[in-house]
Amino acid sequence: MNFIVNILSLGIPFSVALLIASLGEMFNQRAGVFNLGCEGIMAMGAFLGMLVPYSIGQGGPTSGMYNVLGLGLAMVVGALLGIFFAFVVVTFRAPQGIAGIGLQMFGVGTAGTLFRHFIGGTQSVPGIGNFPIPGLSKIPFIGPIFFSHNVLVYLAFLFVPLAWYILFKTPWGLRVRAVGTNPRAADSIGIQVNKVRYQALAVGGALAGLAGAYLSLAQVKMFSDEIIAGRGFIAVALVYFGHWHPVKIMGGALLFSLAQALQLAIQGQGINFPYEFAVMLPYVLVIIVLAFSRESQLLGPTSLGIPFNREKRI
Amino acid sequence: MTKQFRVLYKVTIIILAILAAMLIGSIILMTIGADVFKTYRVILFEPLKTTLQLTEVLIRAIPLTIIALGISVAYRSGIINIGGEGQMAMGILGTTAVALAFPELPKPILLPMAILAGAMAGGVWGFIPGILRAKLQVSELLSTVMLNYIAAQIYTFMLRGPFLDPAELTMGSGTPQSMRLSTGIWLNRFLKGTRLHTGIFFALFLALLIYLLLWKTNYGYKMRAAGASARAARYGGISVTWYLVIAMVISGAFAGMAGAIEIAGVHRRAIEGITGGYGFSGIVVALFGGLHPAGIIPASFFFGLLIVGADMTQRMVGVPANMVNVLQGVIILVIVATKMILADPYLMERVWRKYQGIGKKHVEVEA
Repeated sequence: MNFIVNILSLGIPFSVALLIASLGEMFNQRAGVFNLGCEGIMAMGAFLGMLVPYSIGQGGPTSGMYNVLGLGLAMVVGALLGIFFAFVVVTFRAPQGIAGIGLQMFGVGTAGTLFRHFIGGTQSVPGIGNFPIPGLSKIPFIGPIFFSHNVLVYLAFLFVPLAWYILFKTPWGLRVRAVGTNPRAADSIGIQVNKVRYQALAVGGALAGLAGAYLSLAQVKMFSDEIIAGRGFIAVALVYFGHWHPVKIMGGALLFSLAQALQLAIQGQGINFPYEFAVMLPYVLVIIVLAFSRESQLLGPTSLGIPFNREKRI
Repeated sequence: MTKQFRVLYKVTIIILAILAAMLIGSIILMTIGADVFKTYRVILFEPLKTTLQLTEVLIRAIPLTIIALGISVAYRSGIINIGGEGQMAMGILGTTAVALAFPELPKPILLPMAILAGAMAGGVWGFIPGILRAKLQVSELLSTVMLNYIAAQIYTFMLRGPFLDPAELTMGSGTPQSMRLSTGIWLNRFLKGTRLHTGIFFALFLALLIYLLLWKTNYGYKMRAAGASARAARYGGISVTWYLVIAMVISGAFAGMAGAIEIAGVHRRAIEGITGGYGFSGIVVALFGGLHPAGIIPASFFFGLLIVGADMTQRMVGVPANMVNVLQGVIILVIVATKMILADPYLMERVWRKYQGIGKKHVEVEA
């Protein structure tokens, strides 16, 4: 029983970075843009999130405020990178897959360059501590599993219904889905297709930045070049796996992080299993999941990956 | 629309694109308080100053050329291979396995066998995303990235386990590396005092091979047709999925060969970090070289220069070598955007009208 509680209470915080980034990617893809640069934006977010508390906070009694500032900076720069990506793939209609690789290299490279200049070596930050919810965290089993995490964990799971509400119940969500499904029809009723795509990429970028900052501030509490370790790409895969729906995406994120927690727990039990094979498990899982969810791709936004050209006659 | 205007328009856009790329790079450089002009000067010209540095540039250009050739075969067939990194790692493992298993074989037998083993290992690593895309519609962008991470883990596992140098075990410094490979797979270093090896001729030979394959054979024609327009190719009786898989296998095999050449020529044992971003740089080289062997060769020299130059900036101007990744990322973004701008007739039409409008106004003022 204790073993299960351990895995669940470990796995839930692990899922947060994936969950936030995939929700952002979901908005991108619902608007018809495939943003493979998520990994790069996350790297920038991870660096910037840590930079603020590291350079001006340095512990201190008010370090909480610097953490918030760091998260905010990560989101702002993430949104700017999303807009930059939109400039390339929406305005100039560049092919999104290869442009995404460009953004990924740019983001990871920039984060690494700035990190070496401003921070240098392996430095840790106090980061965001756990905040057990009074009362609820004392409930046996349920308490440690659900109510003894840092604030961002609770927030991330609140994002799920919020993202659902925004996507399916607000006019903006309807516009996002319209430009991703049939941009020509959306255009004909006066929706500015490219503007909505810009907005969706800004939102997706901000969330990817936040996801990165979560890693450096709350999960690892330091920055390294390999901090993202493909989570940005896994987040993109989760959007396919989750059928572009927030709740299913949450399920996917939990599945992945619980698999990871299980692997760590098994290692902790001292079972002799090559470490490298344990590390590669999530990546193998992504390929398997993608291979067995091909029908689901029919449910995706029909204009995903297709740039909109108003002047083009069909 | 006059012909002069078309040329002027295209040249202007290309110049603007180069300026845009350098501007974005400059923003990052200014953020870290570096001297922008000096940094660019070090990256672009410093490696050309001595023969030793120049040969180092060529050494980087060898695997870049080979990987980029493979990537352009895939790209032209309509599949983007970003798994060069993993395929190269698998190629190194294949070559190392053969070299460790048959150390006594004479060079004329062992060397081709080792390179072939590298090509096969890389080819298998390219076949997986190819077949997944062809049969199960798995996006090759995601599967190749995942296979990169998987290959990296297999690579460290092999170096720490089965391939570990026995001397490391007894000495116990714990460096994960294979033992020095038999001289039977060493490529000659033909320029005294440098590491420049005969792999450079092999790379040029492969470039010729790819040119002949893509433009002079039936196979290559079908591959390019499948990439240019999958639907039209299918209508024309070309099995698009089959050529996708073949293209990915070739692409992977080339990355594997790049790994084989790299250890046979430079390292002569499998160590960690050999792939060091070549798989990703290969994409930039392929795009920059216009997906054509004749463009890839100079492009790989240029990016070899960037890689060596970026190594020097750390020492000379205090700019981390990661800057090369920034530049490569920016260059990809700028190339893909510029290609679309150049291919957009509507935009050219609009600029032309505006250009004429300016001309007319001048006439009116003069009248």
